Amino acid sequence: MVREITIGQYYYAESVLHRLDPRVKLMGTLIYVIALFILNNILGYVFAAIILAALIKLSKVPFKYIVKGLRAVLIVLLLTISLNLFLTPGIQLVHFWIFTITAEGIKTSVFMALRLIMLIMGCSLMTLTTTPNNLTDGLERSLKFLEVVKVPVHEIAMMMSIALRFIPILLEETDKIMKAQAARGADFESGGIIKRAKAMVPILVPLFVSAFRRANDLAMAMEARCYRGGAGRTKMKPLKYRRADGVSYVLMAFFLAGVILISRFGTLPFEVIA
Amino acid sequence: MALNEIIRSKDLVCEYITRDEEGNVESIKKAIDGVSIDVKAGDFVAILGHNGSGKSTLAKHLNAILTPTEGTVWIDGKDTSDPENLWSVRQTAGMVFQNPDNQIIGSIVEEDVGFGPENLGVPTDEIWERVDESLSAVKMQEFRSNSPNKLSGGQKQRVAIAGVVAMHPQCIVLDEPTAMLDPNGRKDVIRAVRALNMVEHITIILITHYMEEVIYADKVLVMDSGHLVMQGTPKDIFSQVDTLKSYHLDVPQATLLAEELRKSGLPLSPGILSGEELVKEICQLL
Repeated sequence: MVREITIGQYYYAESVLHRLDPRVKLMGTLIYVIALFILNNILGYVFAAIILAALIKLSKVPFKYIVKGLRAVLIVLLLTISLNLFLTPGIQLVHFWIFTITAEGIKTSVFMALRLIMLIMGCSLMTLTTTPNNLTDGLERSLKFLEVVKVPVHEIAMMMSIALRFIPILLEETDKIMKAQAARGADFESGGIIKRAKAMVPILVPLFVSAFRRANDLAMAMEARCYRGGAGRTKMKPLKYRRADGVSYVLMAFFLAGVILISRFGTLPFEVIA
Repeated sequence: MALNEIIRSKDLVCEYITRDEEGNVESIKKAIDGVSIDVKAGDFVAILGHNGSGKSTLAKHLNAILTPTEGTVWIDGKDTSDPENLWSVRQTAGMVFQNPDNQIIGSIVEEDVGFGPENLGVPTDEIWERVDESLSAVKMQEFRSNSPNKLSGGQKQRVAIAGVVAMHPQCIVLDEPTAMLDPNGRKDVIRAVRALNMVEHITIILITHYMEEVIYADKVLVMDSGHLVMQGTPKDIFSQVDTLKSYHLDVPQATLLAEELRKSGLPLSPGILSGEELVKEICQLL
């Protein structure tokens, strides 16, 4: 009954992108997102799209996997487009009933939509090419500076990796509890949303009880193996920068510079409306 | 205190205090009551007892997860109730728990085995050496890059043992490691534990209620309602079938059969532990 869920939607392939250090990929994604918000003209969007397409090609991840990520934000996307389309003031092009479409509206909504689509695709590309473990490691190292302001970075990363380990176990347990309840006549399939949600309560209660028991056991097992927080800990698989990582940082800097230049000087003559 | 005593406890008492909502003491239950034990380095010691006999509570004292209410526990000469000794006690006496799922932290086998050494601050290269060694000590090398979720119970439990071995303990306490396993998994785990004892000379404290696992032990301790009621070699213990029964414990089937035969007049020696031994004795009679 419980669907197979792939956590972190990692797609296995042998590519340069897969081998890059997770810190590089996190930084790259951040720069890409910043770039998308700097862009303000057609040339810039074309540039960003070409770079994205090249990266997707390089990653060997099938295009449809990357597009899949867009389904989750379809409603947000449509909402953004329509709000921008109808609510931006400017030169009136079409008017019917209470709706007004302006030239500025069309421009903003198209740009907004492109921005969102590329943003989601860029982020999906990062999660598809990085294993959840690597991602946690990368986050821990990249956010280490926050420890200065007393953010427990190591602890948060540890919680993330433990959550990743226990998700399949808890899913299996949910499945078992549902089957046990179904065997005693529980009905999860019929009725409206409210009735079905109510049927979930007898599943959640034992699941929570068991999750707490597991947490207690695990904490004890971690203590028994001398776990005492991040201080003084060494790493079995420490993150190490390789040549390709350095090159990537340089390319990122070029990309950002390119984006800034294009948004400054790359506005085509016909784009200037009125 | 003799140097070769790795574990020693004197008049150990552990009380579980139940409190009501206002924090007033409702009841005090003595889970362990005046237990004194000595374990020599390199020994294989089994602790038997039915549910609620205090054997798991005793195990948790050996790793300083619990500290004594009264009395003292020394691990390799270090008092467990002294907070300064906490981490060295836990490194000296590793612990394996009952539920294999709830003690594996890493999402890849080798990363889990490396978790202990990482906590101890062992350098990266040495962590890899230790992981290799410990995985081969429990014969799990071929699964090193698997996810623990894909392993059987016995395999998971062997990974958990490897995780403890990688910390280079002098002693491993196993708290009913086979209770949730099928017979094959149980055999593999016990084989791995015996190999560690014989090859690496690691002291083993095995807590169990499966009698078949006890026959390999150098020494057997029997617990009942918080007291240490019997101790001796497996032969000594299992020759007292009736006493064992009074503590709600069974004896191995071969021992039981030998005992019944002896009662009905066959001159067999007491304390027969295995089927082979019984067959040999009967053959000698013919």
